[in-house]
Amino acid sequence: MIDVFVRQMSGFGAAYRRELGAYFATPMAYVFLAVFLLALGLFTWEAGRFFDTGVADLQPFFMWHPWLYMIFLPALAMRLWTDEASDGTDELLLSLPVGIPGLVLGKLLAAWTVAAVGLALTLPMWVSVNFLGPADNTAIALTYFVSLLMAGAYLSIGAAVSALTGSQVTAFVISVVIAFVFTAAGWPLVLSTVQGLFGTAFADLVARFSFITQFEGAQRGVLELRAVAYFTGFIATFAYLNCLWASRQRLG
Amino acid sequence: MLDVRALEKSYGAKHAVRGVSFTVEKGTVLGFLGPNGAGKSTTMRMIAGVLEPDAGDVIVDGKSILSDRRAAQAALGYLPEGAPLYNDMTPPEFLRFLAEARALPRAGRRDAIDRAIADARISTVSHQRIGDLSKGYRRRVGLAGAILHDPPVLVLDEPTDGLDPNQKRAVRALIARMAPTKAIIISTHTLTEVPAMCHRAVLIDRGRIIADDTPAGIARRSEDGTLESAFARLTDQVEDETQ
Repeated sequence: MIDVFVRQMSGFGAAYRRELGAYFATPMAYVFLAVFLLALGLFTWEAGRFFDTGVADLQPFFMWHPWLYMIFLPALAMRLWTDEASDGTDELLLSLPVGIPGLVLGKLLAAWTVAAVGLALTLPMWVSVNFLGPADNTAIALTYFVSLLMAGAYLSIGAAVSALTGSQVTAFVISVVIAFVFTAAGWPLVLSTVQGLFGTAFADLVARFSFITQFEGAQRGVLELRAVAYFTGFIATFAYLNCLWASRQRLG
Repeated sequence: MLDVRALEKSYGAKHAVRGVSFTVEKGTVLGFLGPNGAGKSTTMRMIAGVLEPDAGDVIVDGKSILSDRRAAQAALGYLPEGAPLYNDMTPPEFLRFLAEARALPRAGRRDAIDRAIADARISTVSHQRIGDLSKGYRRRVGLAGAILHDPPVLVLDEPTDGLDPNQKRAVRALIARMAPTKAIIISTHTLTEVPAMCHRAVLIDRGRIIADDTPAGIARRSEDGTLESAFARLTDQVEDETQ
């Protein structure tokens, strides 16, 4: 059992370091971080009216996370497998004595690390909110944690789809569409429509699969095991699909 | 050392490889020849474990590529067609990635990388990104990757394709140096280099082996005794048969 796991995970460290190096060897990671932080700042201050709420919390900041992740994280993940296909290096990878799950998780974790760096660079927000008044720092730490978990879910969509298509643009568009479905499912506008069409019970079910709904609990500062399990399960499902789609090539 | 057993592969309606079998012993350099689309690369990809055969098996150093893929791949060095590489890395970074992926013992990694760099003669370009290298150097970086773990079996898909005469000579010399201790398969379009480089030649056309002999033995099958006319005659003959 354990040795099967070790064999399947072989190549994890090599893939992780290679991908992380690739993000920072090109302007890719820096451009992503700069634009992501700019957008997050803009939304928090302009649209979220950070200083006008009169409450020392990060609600106007966290509320934009799902929407910005929906656009930015597929852009970060789209190159993970399409680059291998366009450069022909997938053939090199498949000739190595490594497990596909190791490669899949190594690549995913590399993209996740870049996203985590982006999130870490917003920590000054957390510091400044403490100057504005007494802040619930446990709640904020918790929300950061669930946000990072949610980022992994968005990335797992992008990574899996990039193994499916072979073209970065196609991978990005399809990933954003899938991400939009899982985000907007918790949007009141969508939910009221669904409720009108299929009834309350179905609307509740749809809402439960939404990233926004799952993230809301965390924003209130409640650690819901359900949300953690949801995002972990979501990542596992898409990582599994990623493995299937990445090994398709072996069949010819 | 390498035992290829009745490989079959179809892509949809196209039957690319039909029952290809041969063995290569240690100390042998086997030239894998055939027209474009004959099934050379498909066969080599199946040997390397990149592509799963529809039927048949490949035994690399006693390990089956089907039932014990990772062990077989650990004993094999593969240079894919066109030598695909990670353009954003320098050659030593690329080799470090391969050493880690192949889980070479930590203590021996630096030596293995230094040896591969020396053998492939790429030390002068160590600081350049692979994407900035010339075709000849890229091919040699690919070769360094294939020989990094000192595998007993080497599968090189067109290692000299697109190189200038000096680079071709360098690659041929490297293969000749490694030949005594390894089983090596090389596919090539340049028939003139086959007698100098290969002990044996397998000619493949439309997915089938049509000749398996020494280069001289194959050459004797033509009127003028050259490998070119033998190649033309044998591959034409197959064309006639199928019509």
